[in-house]
Amino acid sequence: MIELVDVGVRLGQREVLRGVTASLSERRIGVIGANGSGKSTLARLFNGLALPTSGSVTVFGDDTRRHAARIRRRVGFLFTDPDAQIVMPTVAEDVAFSLRRRKLPGEEVRRRVEAMLGRYGLDGHADHPAHQLSGGQKQLLALCSVLVLEPEILVMDEPTTLLDLRHSRLVAEALRTLPMQVVAVTHDLPLLEGFDRVLVLDEGRIVADGTPDAAVGHYRKLMT
Amino acid sequence: MNGLTGAYVPGGSLVHRLPVGAKLAALALACTVLVLLRSPWAMAAAGGVVALLFAASRVGVAAAWAQIRPVRWFAVALFGMQLLFADLPSAVLITSRVVLAVALAGLVTLTTRTSAMMAALERGLSPLRSVGLDPFRLSLLLSLTIRSVPVVADLAARVREAQRARGVEWSVRAFAVPLVVSALRHADALGEALSARGLDD
Repeated sequence: MIELVDVGVRLGQREVLRGVTASLSERRIGVIGANGSGKSTLARLFNGLALPTSGSVTVFGDDTRRHAARIRRRVGFLFTDPDAQIVMPTVAEDVAFSLRRRKLPGEEVRRRVEAMLGRYGLDGHADHPAHQLSGGQKQLLALCSVLVLEPEILVMDEPTTLLDLRHSRLVAEALRTLPMQVVAVTHDLPLLEGFDRVLVLDEGRIVADGTPDAAVGHYRKLMT
Repeated sequence: MNGLTGAYVPGGSLVHRLPVGAKLAALALACTVLVLLRSPWAMAAAGGVVALLFAASRVGVAAAWAQIRPVRWFAVALFGMQLLFADLPSAVLITSRVVLAVALAGLVTLTTRTSAMMAALERGLSPLRSVGLDPFRLSLLLSLTIRSVPVVADLAARVREAQRARGVEWSVRAFAVPLVVSALRHADALGEALSARGLDD
């Protein structure tokens, strides 16, 4: 459950978000809007990577200003560029790296990593160098490294922007089967199929909020 | 891109199965022995031992060559300098010493998972906690350095392509500026990703 109350974010002289108020509890939530409309900043507010200049953001009742570390343990974040979030040289090591702070026994880590890679078809690549994977496989690896921590909310910032159609579909299929709440910022409108709610951002404000059909219709009008 | 990236080559050889601490201690000992060798024949024997170790590890010729390749021109220059300012036996000894030490270090990285290296490094550095150093952060630094080599190489390839497309392939400035900017952007994004994975607390 994410609550935003009159949130504003200013970066230097630029007001990136203003007066954003929303209560996000649906299972699948999309955020769309033009480039520079504040979508990525909004996504970063949900796990404290960005902090509001005014107003407040609370996640499960915790204020992101005071409890960012605690919130990040419950909110996973998938970035646009998988290369920027893969930390370890090989596939299995990168997924295992996420579990380091959990101090789990080695056997348990191995079991969870194998299960996660198997679920997303990367089990055959466990010992491969991560940089040799295709773009789509890297994004699936990044997803595995987030999901192995079993977050209660997953925030995705344009997860398919750098992917071809086949790999976009792979990520979209993975998204449909996830059990947790998902907030996806995207330009990839087909990704929103089956979503419960879509927000449209324009110049830092929410200008539409509703079903995917209604919100996408509003967005298309805005872009003409 | 296998050499300086230190990419682990999976395998079950005896070299793979040795504990990381033993491999690092053996590497330190072997480098000391290389420094102490004074005869080209002894150095040739050391070269034979290194070749046998690579064969025993079964990492393959390509992976073995990838360890040496990045220092090949340095080795040629070193050999030339020694030949110019000393004599042939000294040039052979010094150049072989450097090449064999690099090959042995490469063999350790090729047969050791980075996570195992990190764990060993953390254990080794744990006494430094008392002076305020965080062994986890130091080992993470090592891992990020290894991981960043292919990323920066990829960025450099993209910048070179863009240069060619614009017909400025010989401009050092047109290569260096976008590469540094892209590398800094990557560093920012990586920092954010580490925070998102809960590694900033």
